[in-house]
Amino acid sequence: MNLILLVWNYLKSKPLNTVLNIVLLALGIAVITVLLLFNKQLEEKISSNAKGIDLVVGAKGSPLQLILCSIFHIDFPTGNINLKEAERIAKSRLIKGAIPLALGDSYQAYRIVGTNKSYAELYDAELVQGAWWDGEMETTIGANVAEALKFRVGDQFKSTHGLTLGGHAHEEKQFVVKGILKRTNTVLDNLILTSVESIWHVHEEHNEMEEQNIKSDIDSTFIPSRLVASHPEGDSTKEITSLLIQYRSPMAAIQLPRFINGQSSLQAASPAFETARLFSILGVGVDILMGFAYVLIFISALSIFIALYNSLKERRYDLAIMRSMGASRSKLFISMLLEGGTLTFFGSIIGVLLAHGILIVLGVMVEETRKAGISGIVFYSEEWIILAGSLFLGVLCAFIPALQAYRTDISKVLSGN
Amino acid sequence: MIRTANLSFSYDSKRTILFPSFSLNRSEHCLLLGESGSGKTTLLHLLGGLLRGYSGNLQVNGTELSTLSETKLDTFRGKNIGFIFQKNHLISALSVEQNLFMAPYLAGLAVDKIRVQKVLTTLGIEEKMNSAVTEISQGQAQRVAIARAIINQPPIILADEPTSALDDRSCERVINLLLQIADSHQSTLVVATHDQRLKNKIGNQILLNT
Repeated sequence: MNLILLVWNYLKSKPLNTVLNIVLLALGIAVITVLLLFNKQLEEKISSNAKGIDLVVGAKGSPLQLILCSIFHIDFPTGNINLKEAERIAKSRLIKGAIPLALGDSYQAYRIVGTNKSYAELYDAELVQGAWWDGEMETTIGANVAEALKFRVGDQFKSTHGLTLGGHAHEEKQFVVKGILKRTNTVLDNLILTSVESIWHVHEEHNEMEEQNIKSDIDSTFIPSRLVASHPEGDSTKEITSLLIQYRSPMAAIQLPRFINGQSSLQAASPAFETARLFSILGVGVDILMGFAYVLIFISALSIFIALYNSLKERRYDLAIMRSMGASRSKLFISMLLEGGTLTFFGSIIGVLLAHGILIVLGVMVEETRKAGISGIVFYSEEWIILAGSLFLGVLCAFIPALQAYRTDISKVLSGN
Repeated sequence: MIRTANLSFSYDSKRTILFPSFSLNRSEHCLLLGESGSGKTTLLHLLGGLLRGYSGNLQVNGTELSTLSETKLDTFRGKNIGFIFQKNHLISALSVEQNLFMAPYLAGLAVDKIRVQKVLTTLGIEEKMNSAVTEISQGQAQRVAIARAIINQPPIILADEPTSALDDRSCERVINLLLQIADSHQSTLVVATHDQRLKNKIGNQILLNT
């Protein structure tokens, strides 16, 4: 016999009450933990996806859309920008590096991104199989793409116009898988990388002859574009979607956006600023859910307090008889605290496990969650704070009943007055 | 074993109960007789250390109880005294066996399963060992309460009206059981009662007057 066994038996003797209290708390804790896991992972994803990108330059439109499209590959492009104009910006002395992105096509809802190797280097991508894309129509695919579509090196596929399923198919040209990337846990896992030329090629198949003529014309004075190496500089007929820019110095952060936004057809958007704005928009919803969770937790705390307080009345004799058998006041005090603590301990453990379970199920059922890289099998140190906080809450709820137990006048109770 | 001298207790300034002085040796039993309100229960609670703040002298097992702190008194009670009340006051959340284990646990004594079985066998309720206390009969519950009081083999057993709610046959059985058990452990049995049926069972009687 010991206190824990005693407390356990008391809880077992009122199964419905105990289950109600545990479930109430578990729900509150689960909501909080889900929000925690979601927010944390989203923040990590966002910062790892936006790592090394100081500015995104694209067509005029919503800056948030430009960021969502060019960095997170969620939204649609704001439009295209002229390659010549993009080159002019890339030439700026304020810039350390500029990576071109050509978007617009997809395969099975996985985006095909026309870019250069610097883009993969941004995420420290490594190959697991095959090689990097090189020639036209060659692709290197992300880990999720390879897994979901069961692609292997050498497989061929036809792209679709647009970024969702059911777009118009580009029947004439087939992409080939040259290599598969190692998982980076960034947006790269969900992308099909190819060269900018390949994207142009798919869209301009009808002008193929013309294009070759132009190419040979200029060949004598060929200065390669700094964005698309195989292409001559200053071609105003070609377009890309956006430009990812890395600053050379902090000065650029002040000058460059103003310079770019001053130009009629371009806009510059800062990932840091836009994601902060996105979080503040999402924040309202998160706050409401958080508030709901706190209400649940408050109710469960109240319910635990009431349950313990009421049980005191029934247990007056138990407490007195235990004192008569040699139990000290503090032992009864502790046993009451232990009871509150045990309830919240189980409530919070179940709540935390429930939260992880929900995210695991969500990962299996909802593809978007998997694509976004939200996992249920990640644990954060904050969860310890939740557990410790719940234990403290239980002890707090039990404090007044415990004090009552401590103060029980045994002689009065046992003499029946 | 028990020695009192000029013992009195006040609930408030108006009402002071003065108790007769007496002393009991080991394995000597006695009845505390008196009408309701005569202070039987008060005296019994004083003897058992459930009530503090008396004046006069009260030595139990060689210890003046007023010298003990509250916590020390708890320990002292657990080791030296077994209580039997009119109501059984078993802990309903626990099984019969667990109820019995509570006594040595709370008294800080070694818990011995063989001892528990032996006591239950002596009282003829060993087959109820694993039952819930809500499932056993009233008579069985009283035996469990007796078992709990004696499991630590205390030198003193204090019983408060153990038989007043019982019919003649049960009364006879219970008092015989108590005496038999007290004798087998050489315990001192003090019974506070107004039950006249017990008068011829225990010769040593202390009468309390209102």
